[in-house]
Amino acid sequence: MSIRERLSGNEAAAIAMKQINPDVVAAFPITPSTEIPQYFSTFVSNGAVDTEFVAVESEHSAMSACIGAEAAGGRAMTATSANGLSLMWEMIYIASSLRLPIVMSLVNRAVSGPLNIHNDHSDAMGVRDAGWVMLFSENNQEAYDNLLMAHRIAENSNVRLPLMVCQDGFITSHSIENIELEEDEFVKKFVGTYKPEHYLLNDKEPIAVGPLDLQAYLFEHKAQQAEAMKNAKKVILEVAEEFEKATGRKYSFFEEYRMEDAEYVIVCMNSTAGTAKYTADLLRNKGVKAGVLKIRVFRPFPAEEIAKSLTKAKAVAVLDKADGLNAVGGPLFTDVTSAMYVNDVKVPTVNYIYGIGGRDTKADDIEKVYNDLAEIAKSGKVENPYRYLGLRRDK
Amino acid sequence: MAYNLKEVVANKPARFTAGHRMCAGCGAPVVGRMVLRALKEDDHAVICNATGCMEVSTFIYPYTAWTDSFIHTAFENAGATLSGVEAAYRAMKRQNKLSGKDTKFIAFGGDGGTYDIGLQSLSGAMERGHDMVYVCYDNGAYMNTGIQRSSATPRFADTTTSPAGKVIPGKMQSRKDLAQVMAAHHLPYVAQTIAVNNFKDLYEKSEKAIYTEGPCFLNVLAPCPRGWGYATEDLMQINKLAVETCYWPLYEVINGKYIVNYKPAKKLPIEEFLKPQKRFKHMFKPGNEWMIEEFQKEVDNRWEELLKLEEATK
Repeated sequence: MSIRERLSGNEAAAIAMKQINPDVVAAFPITPSTEIPQYFSTFVSNGAVDTEFVAVESEHSAMSACIGAEAAGGRAMTATSANGLSLMWEMIYIASSLRLPIVMSLVNRAVSGPLNIHNDHSDAMGVRDAGWVMLFSENNQEAYDNLLMAHRIAENSNVRLPLMVCQDGFITSHSIENIELEEDEFVKKFVGTYKPEHYLLNDKEPIAVGPLDLQAYLFEHKAQQAEAMKNAKKVILEVAEEFEKATGRKYSFFEEYRMEDAEYVIVCMNSTAGTAKYTADLLRNKGVKAGVLKIRVFRPFPAEEIAKSLTKAKAVAVLDKADGLNAVGGPLFTDVTSAMYVNDVKVPTVNYIYGIGGRDTKADDIEKVYNDLAEIAKSGKVENPYRYLGLRRDK
Repeated sequence: MAYNLKEVVANKPARFTAGHRMCAGCGAPVVGRMVLRALKEDDHAVICNATGCMEVSTFIYPYTAWTDSFIHTAFENAGATLSGVEAAYRAMKRQNKLSGKDTKFIAFGGDGGTYDIGLQSLSGAMERGHDMVYVCYDNGAYMNTGIQRSSATPRFADTTTSPAGKVIPGKMQSRKDLAQVMAAHHLPYVAQTIAVNNFKDLYEKSEKAIYTEGPCFLNVLAPCPRGWGYATEDLMQINKLAVETCYWPLYEVINGKYIVNYKPAKKLPIEEFLKPQKRFKHMFKPGNEWMIEEFQKEVDNRWEELLKLEEATK
């Protein structure tokens, strides 16, 4: 039986962590994810979990301690944002290369500089090719559900990769919304116990982790990591299916909202999908065939499936909450368009960089995108595919 | 039971094996092997190593010289990495997820990974009170990358980033005193040691550090033939001179109480330690006598300071 509650995104993440009851949580405070370790340390102090909470002196040490704990044979979790993730960067790659299924809550925030504490996706985009499975969440419910599914995906023997669950800083992390929680017993059973094959604390089989790995072997090891990421696709769907059977909440690589006959499609991630769906509904009332493709699984990137979903569209807009700074476009745009090209889907596609540093994105802004798409569809041409939405100099 | 090298070697198989690729005449493997010999044979251990000479020469995939469980992740985070392992041990032990053996946690880092880039991670781990021993094998420079100066490099030493040139005669700054920094963390056990006299001091301090509950720190001078410029066979002689000149005093700080373990009856002049090392060669050129005087003054001051600390905490 689900339990109806009202929680912020951070509370939802912390409660998921409590129900998962990991062996180690190592974290360092940073806005807007700080509340997660705060709530969690209360659970520790009150004996609600069996976890050792390691109040490290930096995010670099947070990820280092998670790596140590996971290699030791425990389940390790952490939470961070923006510069915290930047400071972890070295260890993010090491975690995935050691094939340690660490799970992180990433509460997305703009990476400095200049300093800004509000939401965009520049933190997540900075580690998009670091070998972590990356799930995005529209709201508190999805942040919670994604965390409940996280260990089943990450720890699967065909995957064994770390995983991060992203949610939008403040917009989701600090907004209180309705949520359905699952019973502790259900979560315990669904997540299961962690049984690593080899681990440091096994006194019957000492192991060595983290070698100097030179020309003769590194290439093969990296290829194995790439293979694991491919394998994750199947596992993500299997876990989602099982989750849906138990909870009734359906998940896949992405959500297709009013896509059956959509002519104008917006592709986006996290909370903006809510605004996009709302706007699509308004436009549908006016007879405009608007649709939304909300990406949940960003890594592994479901390229073929995304391309297939966009086949029937007349024009597509990809919304990036992180600029590319590459003179081409945002990271989601380049991924989506290359997926379309490789899969022979030829639909005019345009990129909008939006919401940088927490700039508000309203239904009006989304409507403007749909209007642009109608024009693009009419002309069949995309003048300047690399655009800004909500930027003051934009006319 | 009194220490006896023969018995230790005969009765305790090496947990750090032969076949590693460290240089002949290097102090670090000698230190590593002897520290691990201080483990009780029945105890399981998890060793953590910062990136450095020791790591890249002992665990080249698919070979390892470590018979205990071992983890290396990066350069600056041995303290934090081992914190995670130890935290997992406590959590899993409490939940009865682990069987049997007591497990000990030992980190090794060079001076670069300990005095410099890893200082924050080490300080954090010690402050949080993890039950572990951090062993710094101090060879006084970044030897793995080719002898660059560190904050452990002694004043005037010629390194590749503090070269003795026509205008600047080597490293112009004094060496950081890390054992004192660690003592300021109010740890149950901090010691400075070296491989001399059949390893008695090193072995006994390792044993104390490993079997004292809580965070403990060992600073061990580990000469480097390439960086210091001595003949490989002279390693033990260099160690001895470091102690006899009071360049490297042997002492321990037990719950804040200083104990100087060895006071030479006749303290040798610092030239004895400096002369056999090429990194100090320029100090012996005519006109550079002031450098030796300054060096001697610093050694004397630090030695006096240490004796005062011993007196003050009696």
